[in-house]
Amino acid sequence: MSTPRINPIARRFQPGDSVRVRRADPPGHVRTPWYIRGHTGVVERVCGCYPNPEELAYARPGLPAQPLYRVRFLQREVWPDYAGGARDTVDLEIYQHWLDPA
Amino acid sequence: MHTHSDHDHPHPPDSDDALTYYQAMEIAVRELLIEKGVLTADEVRRQVEDMDNRTPARGAQVVARAWADPAYKARLLADGTSALEEIGLDRGPYKLVVVENTPAVSDAAAVHNVIVCTLCSCYPRWLLGLPPDWYKGRAYRSRLVREPRAVLREFGLELPEEVVLRVHDSTADMRYLVLPARPSGTDGWSEERLAAIVTRDCMIGVAVPRT
Repeated sequence: MSTPRINPIARRFQPGDSVRVRRADPPGHVRTPWYIRGHTGVVERVCGCYPNPEELAYARPGLPAQPLYRVRFLQREVWPDYAGGARDTVDLEIYQHWLDPA
Repeated sequence: MHTHSDHDHPHPPDSDDALTYYQAMEIAVRELLIEKGVLTADEVRRQVEDMDNRTPARGAQVVARAWADPAYKARLLADGTSALEEIGLDRGPYKLVVVENTPAVSDAAAVHNVIVCTLCSCYPRWLLGLPPDWYKGRAYRSRLVREPRAVLREFGLELPEEVVLRVHDSTADMRYLVLPARPSGTDGWSEERLAAIVTRDCMIGVAVPRT
């Protein structure tokens, strides 16, 4: 039995690109932590394409697959009163539909 | 607590008297799967046994190989999953990203990495076994992104301010392993001897190996 092939969504970003995480509050199973929404970081690497977990959680196929990125944020940008080095970072995996060019 | 006439050490209370909702659910689903012939009881037992047999020793083997063989280290950092298979380890259900702690070199600052999963408790279980309880706790998960240096201090790890601290939040389909820096004074050590100083906490990033 052959399964129709569904191509992943095209990649919009490359390593080094500045991106802003959407500030949104959709209901359901969301894998973008609250603390990072609205913040700007830089794409550290492209992880590949994965079925969208926000769909998988409800037994839907999650296709077409979403590009997934590791995005690096400066801690001082995320937490203005961050107690630590100015170059300290936090890296998260974020799906493309949560990212806008910054 | 109680004492018996023949011995007087305290006994913990039995915890098998009342099932929680999810414990009852697990038993019901397991019994149904066995009854319907989807799984056998022996397969379930073997899977639990396999799970319990996975320990941080597997991760330590990977770290020791990377320390001993720079070419292997380069492959491990480029593609963790293939590097596991290369030495006969389970490739696991997720892609492995290895992040390296590096010393300061000329104009590049030293880097220390530490792993958390703020959303749940994602962890490379096939490589390190079950995560420690604190890794799954709310305090570690919320505080490690907010005040990581304070958390590391509580673990006994004081990082100088000039060391760049990278927190990695495993939010999706990757799993992470910290490749600690090889301690000085370990020249000429065998891989077995090196692996013995690589503990679970070193591979999460809340500690560093000591000789």
